[in-house]
Amino acid sequence: MSVLNTENVSICFGGLKAVSGFNLQLEEGELVGLIGPNGAGKTTIFNMLTGVYTPNEGKIQLNVNNNYQNLIGLKPYQITRLGMARTFQNIRLFKELSVLDNVKIAYHFNVKYNVLEAICRTHRFFWEEEEVSKKSLELLKLFNIDDKSAELAKNLPYGEQRKLEITRALATNPRILLLDEPAAGMNPQETQDLMKLIQFIREKFDLTILLIEHDMNLVMGICERIVVLDYGQIIAVGNPESIKNNPRVIKAYLGKEVETGA
Amino acid sequence: MISMTDNEKFFLQAVLAILGFIIIAFLIYLGIIDEYTAQILTSAAINVIIALSLNLISGFTGQLALGHAGFMAIGAYSTAVLVMQLQVPIIVAILVGGIITAIFGFIIGFPTLRLKGDYLAIVTLGFGEIIRVLMINADKITGGAAGLKGIPSFTKNYALNPTLSFIWVFLFLIGTIIMVNNLIKSSHGRGIISIREDEIAANTMGINVFYVKMFSFTLSAFIAGIGGGLYALFFGYLNPTMFNFIKSCDFLVIVVLGGMGSITGTVLTGFILTYLQEFLRFFQDYRLVIYPLFLIIIMLYKPNGLIGLIEDFQKWRRKRFPHQKRVLKAGEQR
Amino acid sequence: MGELRFSHYSFSAMQRGETMGALQEFLQQMVNGVALGSIYALIALGYTMIYGIIKLINFAHGDILMLGAFAGFFVLVAATVTPLTFIASFLVAMLICALIGIIIERTCYKPLRNAPRINALITAIGVSMFLENGARVIPQIGPNPRQFPTFLNVNYDFAGVGISRIQAIVFLVSIALMIVLNITVNYTKIGKAMRAVSYDRGAALLMGINVNKIISFTFAIGSALAAAAGILFASAYPQVEPYMGIMPGLKAFVAAVLGGIGSIPGAMIGGFIMGIAETLTKGFISSQLADAIAFGILIIILVVKPSGIMGRNVSEKV
Repeated sequence: MSVLNTENVSICFGGLKAVSGFNLQLEEGELVGLIGPNGAGKTTIFNMLTGVYTPNEGKIQLNVNNNYQNLIGLKPYQITRLGMARTFQNIRLFKELSVLDNVKIAYHFNVKYNVLEAICRTHRFFWEEEEVSKKSLELLKLFNIDDKSAELAKNLPYGEQRKLEITRALATNPRILLLDEPAAGMNPQETQDLMKLIQFIREKFDLTILLIEHDMNLVMGICERIVVLDYGQIIAVGNPESIKNNPRVIKAYLGKEVETGA
Repeated sequence: MISMTDNEKFFLQAVLAILGFIIIAFLIYLGIIDEYTAQILTSAAINVIIALSLNLISGFTGQLALGHAGFMAIGAYSTAVLVMQLQVPIIVAILVGGIITAIFGFIIGFPTLRLKGDYLAIVTLGFGEIIRVLMINADKITGGAAGLKGIPSFTKNYALNPTLSFIWVFLFLIGTIIMVNNLIKSSHGRGIISIREDEIAANTMGINVFYVKMFSFTLSAFIAGIGGGLYALFFGYLNPTMFNFIKSCDFLVIVVLGGMGSITGTVLTGFILTYLQEFLRFFQDYRLVIYPLFLIIIMLYKPNGLIGLIEDFQKWRRKRFPHQKRVLKAGEQR
Repeated sequence: MGELRFSHYSFSAMQRGETMGALQEFLQQMVNGVALGSIYALIALGYTMIYGIIKLINFAHGDILMLGAFAGFFVLVAATVTPLTFIASFLVAMLICALIGIIIERTCYKPLRNAPRINALITAIGVSMFLENGARVIPQIGPNPRQFPTFLNVNYDFAGVGISRIQAIVFLVSIALMIVLNITVNYTKIGKAMRAVSYDRGAALLMGINVNKIISFTFAIGSALAAAAGILFASAYPQVEPYMGIMPGLKAFVAAVLGGIGSIPGAMIGGFIMGIAETLTKGFISSQLADAIAFGILIIILVVKPSGIMGRNVSEKV
């Protein structure tokens, strides 16, 4: 049974059919790349999966304890709580808050003390706060940004902001992680490190990962399966090798890059 | 990080505050602080309570509310009516006044908080005005435009009145500060602040944005209602024109001037502005022209207000005198 | 005074002592409502255009109306009221307010275009309060209401339904201005640029549109319309005072939301609906409730259809 199942998902903006007939089954532990030219509808798919947009038709189901739970109509926070977290293409950190607080916020829905206990500062409050801080710092340490935990998020360099976004998403304790262009704006060395990191967190947290990326080295390097989107429709699915040689993909998207030897 | 040192620091501050409070209460009792000054201190404290409630929704949650005078009015009239007509004990009347106000907050918040922040500003503004008109028209209960006179004070003992008023109001002020401070510095508070920072990101981090906004707004109404109740008992006279839009703006000025999202800033500015209003004749005449200028200038040049200025000064001092090192704590904001 | 005033403009010259039939009474209130609504529509247009272009509720819009009314007041007091001076008062007031609108935008709103929204809103509140209370302390204006000089009123009777000369003027001037605005927005180059900026400011900038100029132009038009509305409002009421802009400003905002904020035809429709709703409430329910009804309508729209009648559902780009 797949972890995430979408059937025939479609959405229109005005007269424009942004995504139509999107079918995808994510298997447990898979690392899948979603690629396609600009405007193909990749981020729109992320937005539908995470409840930011509601599709006009189709099914989106998440495996919760081996039962399919319908995600359509749920709010983003409900979907996050069910175990699907994401990052954003145009980084959306809490800029004016510290790095540590950014991560702590993601733990909020798992915190067990209520408002009254917070106001009265009960024992449980201190205990849980300590716990959240500890866990957050551990996560930050994995990404080597624990020494910057007191800095404001907006003051981090770009690459570290991307890392912080992934850290924050992980703090919600997801089973599925959606990464929207995690390597955007990174230099080749940083991208290399990021690839290792993505594979590492997949192992460590037993994640299923779906990622959107334009960096073909990254996509071809770590994805086991690639879904190619063009004009809102899937035009090819397969392993990196077959995608590289798929004439439709080359025509729609990769053509030039293949010729120049990417 | 919430460490024991933080806890200790908080405890120390609390002890100092309570000590200061007891000393001032004694000075008032002994007449060393005269009655007039005591009155200003008390009315400043009421202003601070309501400004803190506005800061909770506008400064911390990032939703501009412009009708806190309306909430204050509901709290004030409810408390007054409970005490005068039903002879309810003061403490109960104040709390029930707060709860009634919170119910109004809930009813207004429900349709508007689902939408973008702009609508809350307009709806609360309109609500504040409607409340005032209703108060004028419901003259059987509120005394109408003539007002409600003879609300009993905190005590019947005339000599003890300044001292007891001060004690009552300051106990509520301390309670409010502790409540808002502890709330904000908890996980729930981080949830509230995350909405101010980025609603969509907060939502994808598993925070039920609408619920948290509703909570914050209702709590804000509750505190403003309490402030109104204290106001009614302290002044002994209510009139619908006391709770106009300008009153709402007074609280906004306190919050913005002190620094949105700063408790210390609100408390300091609340006391300073109330004092200035009482003592500077010039300030009294041109207050309504100066206040809006403050708002504009602060928003343009120093959006984090007085607290921002203090921080800038500290930074400058550290630059000038680099040997005085100050370590930024983890989790520290602003 | 130190408080908001709820204006009780009622076009009272109209309401005659004789008993009217229910239908006539209804028609009469409709006429009153359309006249009042056309003023609201003019104000709402400014709100909606400014919101459309910089996504800001310009709280000071109602106060621009007040300044426009005073500008007209000074012209008409200096000269006697003739059709020519009446037109001159419009031109002067609209020009002055257009300039004030541009100055406010340049000095107060422009620096905050990329700041958090709440900061811009607070600034707008500040500007609004500053204009109102600034006007109160200027000796030439002062806090007290003044009689607005206007034409001798004449009533035209149509089968028991009266239309006053002022109402006719209000209606005709409003319609004329709306037609001019529609032509400007839909059929001129600068109108096209305005629509482009309101649709996507970044893209408009890349297409070589001078975004700052367009935003200033929008403020100028919006403020000029508010000034015209101010003179019409003052002629109908006939009174001017520093707080006079607040209530019509708020109601016109509700009209803009009702029509769908950002939509120009929506603002016109919303304005007329608000005007009619108000006079009908006044005529058939209670004049006390007339002001509350505006906010009642606002809350109902926000619950039922926040995007308004003509508005599109725009979700934030993620």
